Amino acid sequence: MFNNLPILSLITFLPLVGAIALMFFARISKGEARTQLDKNAPMVALLVSVAVLILSLLMVWQFDATSAEFDFVEETAWLGGNIKYRMGVDGISVLFVVLTAFLTPLCILASRNSIKKNMVDYMVAFLVLETIMIGVFCALDLILFYLFFEAVLIPMFIIIGVWGGKDRVYASYKFFLYTLLGSVLMLAAVLWIYNLGGTTDIRALHKLEIPAGAQTWLWLAFFASFAVKMPMWPVHTWLPDAHVQAPTAGSVILAGILLKMGGYGFLRFSLPMFPDASVKFTPLIFALSVIAIIYTSLVAYRQKDMKKLIAYSSVAHMGFVTMGIFAINMQGLQGSIFQMISHGLVSGALFFCVGVIYDRMHTRDIEFYGGLVKSMPVYAFFLMLFTMANVGLPGTSGFVGEILTMVGAYKVNPWVAAGAALGMILSAVYALYLYRAVIFGEQTNEKLNDIQDLNRTEFIVLAPLAFFVILLGIYPSLVTDITEVSVENLIQNFNLRIGQGS
Amino acid sequence: MINPQLIAPEILLAVSASLLLGFGVSKTTNRAPIVRIIAIAILLIYSVLSYVLGSIDDTAFNGALVGDAFGRYVKFFIGIAAAFGLLLAGNYLEREKLDQYEFSVLTLYAVLGMSIMVSANNLLALYIGVEMQALALYVMAAFNRDSLRASEAGLKYFVLGALSSGLLLYGISLIYGFTGSLNFTEIGAAVKANGLTRGIVTGLVFLLCGLGFKISAAPFHMWTPDVYEGAPTPVTGFFAAAPKFAAMALITRLVMGPFGEITDQWQQVIIVFAVMSMFIGAIGALRQTNIKRLMAYSSIANMGYALVPLAAGTIAGVKGMLIFMTIYIITVIGVFACILQMRIRDGMVERISDLSGLAKTNRGLTIALTVFMLSLMGIPPLLGFFGKLYAFLPAVDANLIWLVVLALVASVIGAFYYLRIIKIMWFDEADLEFIEPVPALRWTSMIAAILLIAIVIIPVVAGTGQAWIGDAAESLTAFAANTP
Repeated sequence: MFNNLPILSLITFLPLVGAIALMFFARISKGEARTQLDKNAPMVALLVSVAVLILSLLMVWQFDATSAEFDFVEETAWLGGNIKYRMGVDGISVLFVVLTAFLTPLCILASRNSIKKNMVDYMVAFLVLETIMIGVFCALDLILFYLFFEAVLIPMFIIIGVWGGKDRVYASYKFFLYTLLGSVLMLAAVLWIYNLGGTTDIRALHKLEIPAGAQTWLWLAFFASFAVKMPMWPVHTWLPDAHVQAPTAGSVILAGILLKMGGYGFLRFSLPMFPDASVKFTPLIFALSVIAIIYTSLVAYRQKDMKKLIAYSSVAHMGFVTMGIFAINMQGLQGSIFQMISHGLVSGALFFCVGVIYDRMHTRDIEFYGGLVKSMPVYAFFLMLFTMANVGLPGTSGFVGEILTMVGAYKVNPWVAAGAALGMILSAVYALYLYRAVIFGEQTNEKLNDIQDLNRTEFIVLAPLAFFVILLGIYPSLVTDITEVSVENLIQNFNLRIGQGS
Repeated sequence: MINPQLIAPEILLAVSASLLLGFGVSKTTNRAPIVRIIAIAILLIYSVLSYVLGSIDDTAFNGALVGDAFGRYVKFFIGIAAAFGLLLAGNYLEREKLDQYEFSVLTLYAVLGMSIMVSANNLLALYIGVEMQALALYVMAAFNRDSLRASEAGLKYFVLGALSSGLLLYGISLIYGFTGSLNFTEIGAAVKANGLTRGIVTGLVFLLCGLGFKISAAPFHMWTPDVYEGAPTPVTGFFAAAPKFAAMALITRLVMGPFGEITDQWQQVIIVFAVMSMFIGAIGALRQTNIKRLMAYSSIANMGYALVPLAAGTIAGVKGMLIFMTIYIITVIGVFACILQMRIRDGMVERISDLSGLAKTNRGLTIALTVFMLSLMGIPPLLGFFGKLYAFLPAVDANLIWLVVLALVASVIGAFYYLRIIKIMWFDEADLEFIEPVPALRWTSMIAAILLIAIVIIPVVAGTGQAWIGDAAESLTAFAANTP
């Protein structure tokens, strides 16, 4: 179907084209036309992002899940030398492209009424962000990957800094500098790898044999970058700040996609390129993961701010991902990819839910709310569903990811799995606490008397998320069938190459 | 017999500068605008002249000057940068009632000096070039002679510049004494034949220290913040671009040419310069409140980055340096094009806090300055990232990965102050009223816009220009091959 069509470039850069068009029209229109443009900008952005979604669905439909090779590969000369513009997806990355394409239209839809100033700029920032995020998952060249990986900082910095909450400046700074420090160390490693391998083609690098000594340093440099992005304990502290200050849609993208870049990086680079170092550092990752799962769950329980609670719960859930990845077996890896997709849906949905009541009451204080079930039954239903998915109730997507990663970890080290299981219980504690405090109980706050239930837009945003959370919960093969062959191939290569670097 | 094609650009500059001087002085009416336009045209012709006349690789004046691809490349960008500098200066000078034709003439003489520096193949030619551009720049720094700060800047620049010339001359005399020649080729041969002597190394260190002043590499950077702050803003912009590239090219030619055989000797000096400049530049900028001082520290840091590939001592390193400097020049001109457009009620914007809320009052300018700042920070996908990429690759190849890591850490520290400017423009509330740019400033905004597009677009087609730069870098090895 896409014989000669560079479908990945099309998906990646279509939002950028939309953003440039919006900027152009904003530049040439004045007065009345400008106000009109402010009104129409979300629709334009929505159309563009829906087009991207349709294209990406077509792409998945054509995707060959029976082979571990990269599909839809494009290769064009770019920076000279062996640094080329290379794009391609395999079973591991293809679903993240779809996830991005799926969440962006919802974000744009949800922002239509909640953003009060500079609507055109906001939409431009979001479309640029979409281009960059999809680019991260499609890049098949290390330099190109790095380019997208770090470029994310620019639109996200602007989104938090311009449209964020009260302490937005502090949060945006922290976000920017933390992640920048992580990723420049990766840049040094990237240059070293180019020096070692003479190419930045990811496919070739997967076959490159790197001396064990170098592997250790390279692994650590990549780890610095991915651990901050994930984020893993103890470098997670930027996340709660960024989440609390970001506008709703910013939080959704942050939790839904940006955090997945770290996990994706581990899968794409750390495991296949530095197998020896990965084995060597597995205990470290396990320790950090279990600490993250238990510690941040406890921290989450003590939060007064709803967004902060969900942010800490994200850190805990990412702990399952890292644990699953470094179990390096079928269940662990499959589970971690599944967990990332599922968390993208669930945490995104939870942030949307917080946004719904924040838009009405302009506070995220848990104590402020209570007894919402009487006035907002539909909302209570959705929040219930997503809370349960967050806890990992069987039948929701959250369950599959957590159980698979735990099974994977159990095979390697039962104690790690035991720690993670404890974390699962704790996640029920904080999630149910949140739900009870906000939805159940007596409504004591008079300000909540005439709060309205979900409007049509909000329903349209939440319904598809709920649908997929349940669908993936009862039919997980939808995801695992696509990832299986690539993951198998990854593990095979890993086992083959282990010990070769010494 | 000297091939006239070889020195045509320099002759053009020398003759036209002198003629313009005569033309300007001969009439009582103010001829500054017309002189400026002519000077800009001459600079543009100058930058393409050696390409138009055909590229000849040869030496002139008994080997005192050399024409090669390296020199042609650097001269091209020096000419363009100086032309942009003059273009940007025009409006400012008119407004500040400083519009005298001498400014354009001085620019031409400074470029002539730089041109000689770039093609110097002899220690005396080197010294003459350095002094020629420095004398012109001293006057330009103090061009606003009624301003106390400008005079102070000029004087400071002069005193410290004289000191650096002393170091330079002492180094030259040592090297002459120990090799018996001033000619780069013969020095190279002598070093190769007799091996290293203590005298040569001492002379080389003095030479590098003297030239370190010119690129404001730490620990010889002290003059930079004061001079940048005191000098008129367009002069500061000019200082930050063309002379830096010329001095950088001169250092490169010196260490890669006659001393190409003893890389391990000068490598340490360059590394010390690089590390100190990067960190002093990055940390010093953190507390600055004046945007010109901030740009001074930023240029110190950037010179540090430019020295990183040079420390590799390879042709790839020279190429990396050329790419980095080219990109740096493009960005820095863009930044000053933006700064020059910002006016508040009582004059130019100088304090960083004056920029607050610029996003509301002047959208286009804010976006442009933001992009330039992000590019200076080295954030992909902007041009600055590729500058750093190409600068650091050769250093990694030369096993200097620790230096690259230090450079990257410094660039994160640097990111903090660039971010501060972005933050102040976008997130803070305005407390000053900006004046709408007058139509005459269209030029300035045009330049900013053109450079902006370059910064965004060039990375997409980055492969194309590389052959050109590669040739330029390789022409320096031709030197080593010719050495008997």
